[in-house]
Amino acid sequence: MDFSTLIQVLDSTLRLATPLLLACLAGLFSERSGIFDIGLEAKMLISAFFSAAFAYTTGSVWLGLLAGIAASMVFAFIHGLASITFRGNQLISGVALNFLASGMTVLIAQSWFSQGGRTPSLIGGARFEGLELPFAIGPTDAAAAGRPLSQMLAEAGPLQLFYSELISGHSILVYIALAAVPATWWILFRTRFGLRLRAVGENPAAVDTAGISVVGLRYAAIGIVGILCGLAGAYLATGLQAGFVKDMTAGRGYIALAALIFAKWRPWHALGACMLFGLLQALALRTDVVEALFPFKMPVQLLDSMPYILTVVILAGFVGKAIPPRAGGQPYVKER
Amino acid sequence: MTIMRSILGAAAALALTAGIASAEPAIIFDLGGKFDKSFNESAYTGAKRWADKTGGTFREIEMQSEAQREQALRRLAESGSNPVVMTGFAFGNVLAEVAPDYPDTSFAIIDMVVDQPNVRSVVFSEHEGSYLVGMLAANASKSGTVGFIGGMDIPLIRKFACGYAEGVKSVNPDAKIISNMTGTTPAAWNDPVKGSELTKAQVSQGADVVFAAAGGTGVGVLQAAADEGILSIGVDSNQNHLHPGKVLTSMVKRVDNAVEKAFDDGPGFETGIVVMGVSNEGVGFAMDENNADIVDANWKSAADMAAEKISSGELSVHDYMADNTCPALEF
Repeated sequence: MDFSTLIQVLDSTLRLATPLLLACLAGLFSERSGIFDIGLEAKMLISAFFSAAFAYTTGSVWLGLLAGIAASMVFAFIHGLASITFRGNQLISGVALNFLASGMTVLIAQSWFSQGGRTPSLIGGARFEGLELPFAIGPTDAAAAGRPLSQMLAEAGPLQLFYSELISGHSILVYIALAAVPATWWILFRTRFGLRLRAVGENPAAVDTAGISVVGLRYAAIGIVGILCGLAGAYLATGLQAGFVKDMTAGRGYIALAALIFAKWRPWHALGACMLFGLLQALALRTDVVEALFPFKMPVQLLDSMPYILTVVILAGFVGKAIPPRAGGQPYVKER
Repeated sequence: MTIMRSILGAAAALALTAGIASAEPAIIFDLGGKFDKSFNESAYTGAKRWADKTGGTFREIEMQSEAQREQALRRLAESGSNPVVMTGFAFGNVLAEVAPDYPDTSFAIIDMVVDQPNVRSVVFSEHEGSYLVGMLAANASKSGTVGFIGGMDIPLIRKFACGYAEGVKSVNPDAKIISNMTGTTPAAWNDPVKGSELTKAQVSQGADVVFAAAGGTGVGVLQAAADEGILSIGVDSNQNHLHPGKVLTSMVKRVDNAVEKAFDDGPGFETGIVVMGVSNEGVGFAMDENNADIVDANWKSAADMAAEKISSGELSVHDYMADNTCPALEF
């Protein structure tokens, strides 16, 4: 495997890891506050649909992004209402929302656009284009030089190639996702809000005794979940793709949950876990690289299932111990 | 009592004959709806063409949920619609149960085999159509590397891949064919994100034409191909219009022809398995104003010639599903 192939695989890794990372951080906020959320998939899907639909209708990807985040927040608050206010079972509420999103998006898409549950393809300003960072070789340079981009990149030095292909040229949401990791760490471990949020996931009664609203904190966490999942969904539909297709999240919400467990509910580790899972997915796409890397015939299905296998290994306690927030999954009751 | 019974019997007989006299054909569209720009819309086009040609009318039902299938089928059969055509393999089990209850009604099912005396099962020779688009792909490719992206890894999709690979090799024996499947679960039909990543991965391996036989995932493949500046090939219905000038052609399954034929033949049509291949214009490659400029006349005539040879039986394309092997491509 030469250097440019490595860069291509890593480039693909970054694209595939971004939705996982956003969803994983969303799950992190939620579970740290004591709300299990297996409805990450639902929120990403509903956001993917509404961001694509609004971006197509208005022609502006930013309005689409706002609509996606709004839709994702509505779903997050339904989950909050069921599991915080009405103290319902959080897993059941999450599963129900997954089904609701899967059916509702197609139904609305069909009656809105009549294209078999799809949105029309987005063009121009209705899509997130790749950002060209300064000094990077991008499509505009190629157009100015009148030569194909791949040829210009092939001539570039290794550092320039690394910078132009891997660091530059992604949509803005990728950079937001990466920036969200230190931001999450700072909020959780360096602010008063973060301390309280973590406490509410471990021992809500103690937080309540201190005179701080458990319900308020948990709703705040749910709100952050809505925003992050909204970004993830919008990235799928308007960044990576140009439109919505039925069930297009394809289980990424569950892989994000696996990454969350793998990362043992810590932000920097979440980045590592998502990048690892992204790398496994990217490798599964490159059968030629897999053949070169392994001396035996490696089935790509094995690579696809590695995230789940690794999570089971972690959960079984082979590599350290994964301890979820203690109050996770239990609705808080003030007095019995 | 006897009088009463005979009157009722007469009335029933009258109702029955009235039903048969006014028999109109009916069509049931599967989930996805009539205007899905693909399979169902093609079926609708065929029905519409029949109506315009004969001046007749037809009934139609769009499925909204899985649970409606049997109900819709029975309602149409009981109201005297004949023949009843349905699109999609998902009707298979339901039809096998319902068909014996209405022996006088003729049913036709597309993409599935149902073994009942009053059912016509229409299946397509996808490998033949794939062979033809494979020839076009090999001609259009400058790098000598072409790609195939399938949806779920099932024998039907391997049948597409195998026919395609044979077509490519027939034009350029040294061509490299990169074949990827999106996944092994039904989610693979609707993962455009993975489809576009696969396309980008194939592009970086040198592919400059990709054929997508992957349902909704194909939308991502065609999109990524257009973004990366390479050519793509659509599937099922004519998808050339999705990215004009960037979709080389589409491997079309003429569901419309199958529906029109069933309506033409009318009640009591010949039942059994009908294979729609290149010879009876069941499969083929799509040419229209969107790809007229990118398909060279020589490539087209070569593909047309191969189509004639397939029709006459001079050339036979390997069917993966016949023996689960593929001489031209290793999976």
